[in-house]
Amino acid sequence: MTAATELRRTALYDNHRALGARLVDFHGWELPIQYESILKEHAAVRSLCGLFDVSHMGQIWIKGPQALDFLQRTNANDIARIGPGKAIYSHLPNEQGGVIDDVIVSCLGPQRYFMVVNAATTDKDFSWLSKQARGFDVELSNASDHFGMIAVQGPRAAELACALDFEAAAALPRFGALETPVFDQPSLITRTGYTGEDGFEFIVPNEIISRLWDNLLIKGRSIGAVPCGLGARDTLRLEAGYLLYGQDVDDEHTTFEANYGWVVKLGKGDFIGKRALEAQEKRGLSRKLTGVRLRERGVPRAGVTVLVDGRPAGTLCSATFSPTLQTGIGVGYLDRVELKPGTPAAVDLHGRVVAAEIAEVPFYRKPNAKT
Amino acid sequence: MKSHEWAVVDGGAATIGISDHAQKEITDVVFVDLPKVGRKVKQGEACCVVESVKAAFDIYAPLSGEITAVNEALIKDPAVVNRAPHEEGWLFKIAPADAKELSALMDYKQYQDFIKSAAAHGGH
Repeated sequence: MTAATELRRTALYDNHRALGARLVDFHGWELPIQYESILKEHAAVRSLCGLFDVSHMGQIWIKGPQALDFLQRTNANDIARIGPGKAIYSHLPNEQGGVIDDVIVSCLGPQRYFMVVNAATTDKDFSWLSKQARGFDVELSNASDHFGMIAVQGPRAAELACALDFEAAAALPRFGALETPVFDQPSLITRTGYTGEDGFEFIVPNEIISRLWDNLLIKGRSIGAVPCGLGARDTLRLEAGYLLYGQDVDDEHTTFEANYGWVVKLGKGDFIGKRALEAQEKRGLSRKLTGVRLRERGVPRAGVTVLVDGRPAGTLCSATFSPTLQTGIGVGYLDRVELKPGTPAAVDLHGRVVAAEIAEVPFYRKPNAKT
Repeated sequence: MKSHEWAVVDGGAATIGISDHAQKEITDVVFVDLPKVGRKVKQGEACCVVESVKAAFDIYAPLSGEITAVNEALIKDPAVVNRAPHEEGWLFKIAPADAKELSALMDYKQYQDFIKSAAAHGGH
């Protein structure tokens, strides 16, 4: 670990210390990698409930008569599809179709939108959006220092929300968004997450977040809710096929290449990057983010070479041991874009060539999931 | 080099594993890449890898000699290293080539002092 030089701390830092968390430097933030065990925390989210401090993430308000026009211009997804009380996953493309960030936009009123962005990209996003806002009757504000964020994830998350008297939140549909006071402070609860399970994200002012965390822990005890660190967050999201910005997708890779084409709505009207994305769709891809699953024992890591037909076809950008599947999994940009799940492949683990296969992403779907 | 393996010599064979302190630091062992039986190793040579969800850790041979056995139970259940690092979670056995090398190893007290000082210096 590098020397702790001026790491930023969330408002829950003391809570993490008191719980005995192992803290690491994550993009300049001092955050728990685990409390007790990544495997136990991962299992808790898949079967019961887990709590994550994701206060490092950024929040940006977009308000004004042209808020929707502005979001349509800067997003690949069709923001007009969401009305008040709904949220949508989207990408912010650059002119080349590369991804500036992946975000969740909530509509809270006809002229009021709220965007949750990645921690490491908050400043980049805000200055990009501010630049693009010229000429629009829209007001942007960066609320990242005001808000903290707790993700409550797992099949029993709704039960825990009810136990804390957030019945209205528990009644939200998937990707529902609710503006509601939390301990009398204006807050937002969305039915979203990054784990592949049901769950909520509580976006609340930093002054009351410690109180909310403690309440969730205390009321959650009887249903088996445990605090979870970034380690479990990463294994959960990779199993569920979610992108990690900066690792799986970035300014140099397009949404199509990341195999997230469903996010791009070319029919919605003009937007930044549309021309490049249209051209790429016509031309076809020369590389694509592809899932790989080990057939033998071993733990793949980011940077590992994937072999297809005995030749290098790309490198894994995210990889881990999957606690749910009990095998190694990963995703990487392969130059063989035609490969179907089940195709034999291999990975080179420090000179040891281990049998693998092309795998469908997501690697894991929660039971009874419709899609 | 000071590291976190233990060695117990019984007759002609030394049994090697990692300390309880080390398994706690590693946590969640999900894979052990065991050495091949018959391989000759030198004292201090990396010859085995213990992997957690997050990272891989090299295991160093505390003694020179030939690998005479490996703990095959770890293939199916690597978490034994966490549950019983000093007993059922042993890794491999070595037929020591040079009995004098034993004197270079830390005893229990020296190891306890070492992990305290390592922790004081920021640990891993």
